[in-house]
Amino acid sequence: MSLTFDDGTFIRSEMQTPLPPPGRNVGAIGWMRENLFSSITNTVLTLAGIALVVWILPPLLRFLFIDAVWTGNNRDACLGAEVGACWPFIKAKFAQLIYGFYPADQRWRVNLVFLIGAVLLVPLLVLSWPHKRLNSFLFFVAYPILAFILLTGGNISASNFLLGHFGLLRAVAGDAAVAGLQFGFWLDFVITAALCVAVAYLIGRLAAGSGRGAATMTAYVFAGFGILTFLWDVDFGLERVETRQWGGLLVTLVIAVTGIVTSMPLGIALALGRRSKMPIVRLLSVIFIEFWRGVPLITVLFFATYMLPLFLPVGVNPDGLLRALVGVALFTAAYIAEVVRGGLQAIPKGQYEGAMAMGLTWSQMMRLIILPQALTLVIPSIVNSFISLFKDTTLVLIVSIFDFLGQLRAAFTDPNWATPVTLYTGFAFAGIVYFLFCFGMSRYSLFVERRLNTSHRH
Amino acid sequence: MKRLLSTLALAGAFGLAAAGAQAAKLDQVKAKGFIQCGVSQGLPGFSNPDDKGNWTGLDVDFCRAVAAAVFGDATKVKFTPLSAKDRFTALQSGDIDILSRNTTWTISRDTSLGLNFTGVTYYDGQGFMIRKDKKVNSALELAGASVCTQTGTTTEQNVADFFRANNMQYEVIAFATADETIKAYDAGRCDVYTTDRSGLAAERLKLTNPDDHIVLPEIISKEPLGPVVSHGDDQWFDIVKWVLFAQVNAEELGVSSKNLDEQLKSTNPEIKRLVGTEGKFGEGLGIGNDWVVNIVKLVGNYGEMYDRNVGPDTPLKLARGTNALWTKGGLQYAPPIR
Repeated sequence: MSLTFDDGTFIRSEMQTPLPPPGRNVGAIGWMRENLFSSITNTVLTLAGIALVVWILPPLLRFLFIDAVWTGNNRDACLGAEVGACWPFIKAKFAQLIYGFYPADQRWRVNLVFLIGAVLLVPLLVLSWPHKRLNSFLFFVAYPILAFILLTGGNISASNFLLGHFGLLRAVAGDAAVAGLQFGFWLDFVITAALCVAVAYLIGRLAAGSGRGAATMTAYVFAGFGILTFLWDVDFGLERVETRQWGGLLVTLVIAVTGIVTSMPLGIALALGRRSKMPIVRLLSVIFIEFWRGVPLITVLFFATYMLPLFLPVGVNPDGLLRALVGVALFTAAYIAEVVRGGLQAIPKGQYEGAMAMGLTWSQMMRLIILPQALTLVIPSIVNSFISLFKDTTLVLIVSIFDFLGQLRAAFTDPNWATPVTLYTGFAFAGIVYFLFCFGMSRYSLFVERRLNTSHRH
Repeated sequence: MKRLLSTLALAGAFGLAAAGAQAAKLDQVKAKGFIQCGVSQGLPGFSNPDDKGNWTGLDVDFCRAVAAAVFGDATKVKFTPLSAKDRFTALQSGDIDILSRNTTWTISRDTSLGLNFTGVTYYDGQGFMIRKDKKVNSALELAGASVCTQTGTTTEQNVADFFRANNMQYEVIAFATADETIKAYDAGRCDVYTTDRSGLAAERLKLTNPDDHIVLPEIISKEPLGPVVSHGDDQWFDIVKWVLFAQVNAEELGVSSKNLDEQLKSTNPEIKRLVGTEGKFGEGLGIGNDWVVNIVKLVGNYGEMYDRNVGPDTPLKLARGTNALWTKGGLQYAPPIR
């Protein structure tokens, strides 16, 4: 530092090196002063928080790790006065908690489904990776079919379509089957499809002048449905595994993923329907949404499982898991619909008018302008619904479907593992598993929110 | 129209349970190749999944015995875990062939539900468990006690009847599940814990200090548990009924899975009739003449079945008591095979 005195003044020629801030304002102490003890309220809250941690954490750690039993073959290992978590119990029941009663030699199929799901899901979740369109097609269309075939074994016996129910074709086609395919069914299917296309053509002709559009639509629907049925019908040589043998995390994930994937498009459609200007569509949407929101999920499941068979014709007995799946999906769709509607209402009118002024059609406007904005707005609520759906899957235990928690409860009844700590260990483990899934979803939604919100940040 | 079609096809896709003509149950079972057996969703010692995910227990073994008799293969049985609510519906709808789910035989169930009880696999009864330091030796000394029990079961009703019949005051503390109930009892929220005696033995394992508790001698209700079939097929009813009788007879005559080969050479006419070396009783039932041999070889006689699942060498440690053979002071008695 040099000071010059030429003309009675002094000018400092260089900046003085700043002094370091006082020790109590920097480092850990400074951070704590600023964040933890900045005011009386804050200090009290900090102390309360520390007290809470000290009060809860050591016993928890003691139970889960320090006093825990790690090895053993039966309940004898986990007996004693000061014993913590009985982890050998979880180890012994682990396969059941994941697969339920899925036959042990067939579990590779479940693993494969998990693996393919993960391989397809990860690139879909990373927003910057390319080929989203192909990826979504694989995940939302190809994967469910593949998963269905792998998990059930495929080879459903499609024997009667429509005409077959009137006993018309059996006589003609007989029971000939190739590779698990019933000739009669496919003959029936083709004839029915042709009939329906013709009817659609006629109706279109009468109503709109040209039946071509209606006929093509019908043909596409039948073609799609035909491919689906064909894939399910082919015998891939996989052993059939009934859904009542499924269980554990497998069922939890099947219900949650199906619920999430099907409720989303259905919910958007319902939300649009509710805001539609067409009175019938609006009325139907309102009735649907209010009905499903008005009944508890338990009621829905009960109804689907025990009452639905009473209304169906004798002999029609849809699979129990399927019934629960449909119930869960419709139930969630109603909630999603209201969430999406909230998003739609938050979009300023100018956006609609601007889109219309551009000459976009209604569907273009929704697809390109409104929905992307509306859905971005409601990501937290949607994820909220999905997280609660994931946890609500445990309700299927009531209708004799053993999900993760149900399988755990069944494991509690094994006298070989009945100890005072078995219950706590099991629920601690279940808590950890559920937390990991829900926390993962929640973090991912936060990440997406930040990524998509960059342009709106104020 | 499209929706209708897809609904129909979906219903088809997920398996239309064919209504089918009213074929005899035995033929139906033989045609599908296995027995569908309804069990509980988990009751220690009676039906619970083991570490490998196989169902084990007394009720489960009984279904295996029927499979052994019908198919000569005890593995040809599939289990449907059922809640108490839907067990009878499952049987009535033909979803299951046998209900072997710790179901108490009562007149209302036997007569008004379209069901037939085929016998008693386990004589149970409701009992009380109490801490030793309460110095209570009889249920009649329980006046003023608080009782832990599970809601919505007949246990609650039985307790009410018992205390009222003996003019005693009491307080019920009821919980939704067995696990909660026993934890509450263990934590000292009530003086007495009550459920079926077999349940007491199972829940006792979950207590912090099982030795500090005793089971009082009184049994306040009769709970004969047995397999159930639906009305309308007497042949199937006979088969299920006689599988149990055969197991009891086998124990009475000393025929077990361990000495079966020697017993096949026995000259005792009763044993000869049992194992099928004399007479054609199996054929009379519509199954093979070696049915008892298969049952005993693959599952065991009644005593073996009992010991393996709930007996003294299992964690449950249930003494035979009323379930001992009639020759040993118990109630297990089977009509003779002749």
